[in-house]
Amino acid sequence: MGRRVGIQTVEIQSKPRIISTYNIVGPKEGHGPLKEYFDRIIKDDLNGTESFEKAETSLLYTAVSESIKKAKLKEGDINYLLAGDLLNQLFSSSFAARDLNIPFLGLYGACSTMAESLSVGSMIMEGGFANYVVAATSSHFSAAERQFRLPLEMGSQRATTAQWTVTGAGAMVLGKKGDFPYVTYVTTGKVKDYGISDANNMGVAMAPAAVDTIKQHFMDTGRKPSDYDIIATGDLGTIGRQFTEELLLEYKYDMKGHYIDCGEEIFDSKKQGTNAGGSGCGCSAVVATGYLYKNMLKGKFKRILLVSTGALLSSTSSLQGETIPGIAHAVSIEFGGE
Amino acid sequence: MFCLNNVILLIIAISYRYKGGQLMKVDEKTIIKKFDMLNSSKIPKPKLVLHCFNAFWVGGLICVIGQFIGDVFSEMGVPSDEKGTYVSIVMVLIGAILTGIGIYDKLGDFAGAGSVVPITGFANSIVSPAMEFKKEGFVFGVAAKMFTIAGPVLVYGIGSSVIVGILYYFIRW
Repeated sequence: MGRRVGIQTVEIQSKPRIISTYNIVGPKEGHGPLKEYFDRIIKDDLNGTESFEKAETSLLYTAVSESIKKAKLKEGDINYLLAGDLLNQLFSSSFAARDLNIPFLGLYGACSTMAESLSVGSMIMEGGFANYVVAATSSHFSAAERQFRLPLEMGSQRATTAQWTVTGAGAMVLGKKGDFPYVTYVTTGKVKDYGISDANNMGVAMAPAAVDTIKQHFMDTGRKPSDYDIIATGDLGTIGRQFTEELLLEYKYDMKGHYIDCGEEIFDSKKQGTNAGGSGCGCSAVVATGYLYKNMLKGKFKRILLVSTGALLSSTSSLQGETIPGIAHAVSIEFGGE
Repeated sequence: MFCLNNVILLIIAISYRYKGGQLMKVDEKTIIKKFDMLNSSKIPKPKLVLHCFNAFWVGGLICVIGQFIGDVFSEMGVPSDEKGTYVSIVMVLIGAILTGIGIYDKLGDFAGAGSVVPITGFANSIVSPAMEFKKEGFVFGVAAKMFTIAGPVLVYGIGSSVIVGILYYFIRW
């Protein structure tokens, strides 16, 4: 059975394996630097549906059902589906779950949902309550824009700090057996808000949460940055990543050479005009299920720390003058090394 | 003695950093301070001069087009007090069409206020939500959301014109 280590971390001793992953992304992501790691790239943002929300639902459904197929399982074998997204009342997750014959728990952690669902999934596995769990999440650029920002055709300038919501969905199937990457530690983050209120500057707003969770993970486990081949934050973007590195130096953790940000990696900012980088639940989900997981299988990475980051604002909270609370959850995934 | 000094320094540094096997506690206040410092210095600034220049010439160009259309109407014999209304109608139509075919948002990204301030930008701000929310139906989507952006402009524009009108009534000059 798992045990608590330190203040915010749980050691997962049964090593739940990530037995399969599947991701599906939009056309823009499919032209980005990580395109070879995506399982499917759709050609049309609407993915054959009539609205962007329904398109996101179809992406999530595809990611979940294909990941189950890839693991050679059936929907009925899965004990829990843990999923969430950015849309009000978890539109995509709830409606994707409607078509799946799996007990469903909806999670809201904004863009931190991949690490959140993987954390909760690992703990359910550790508790012995499930044989198989699916952790999944999705986001869609156009669906997020219409909920949080301005209409797509509205002619306005994007801020230098603005990020581009990733269109995509990723799913992971957790199982008990097999030679696959497995989860070893789960660090659940606290909400941090250092007073950023600009919704075009979310990477910086989330950086304090990432810093706090990463620092706590190291303190709880006794590890240090160099123990990981890669520490990947979810969607801090270029500027948020720099902030995180600088702030962790205050705690004397030097992240150089071990640290990437999924949002910074997924797009070529100069060519694709994404300013500070990618964001959204789908961002860390497709990078974790693609670039990170596939390189672990290849043996390139032996130990990674996935730190998905979320900005817990709502369209109402911004209008009422609230600042942006950030959250970050960390999951340590290992394979093949000691 | 240079070497020995370094070794001593290293030992001091290590013992300072580690306290009972754990890293020394850093107060969150120092982190917040550093964060505020980074926030005021590290955020990349927009290219103000370039943006102003682009806004200037695009906005100017839109006005020149408006002027040209006005002159054409004059040539056609439209009385000068009605000409402005005619020009506005045509410019709104142009803004709406450019929004509909997906050009105005790209223009806006390039020109900023240069394409927002002229009346074509006003058309864009009404047509773009109307297009966006068509999926929620013609009543609760298009009609209800059409003025989410332009609404405040109308409310305060019309509101202030009423106030000015009342003032004008009493203080005629």
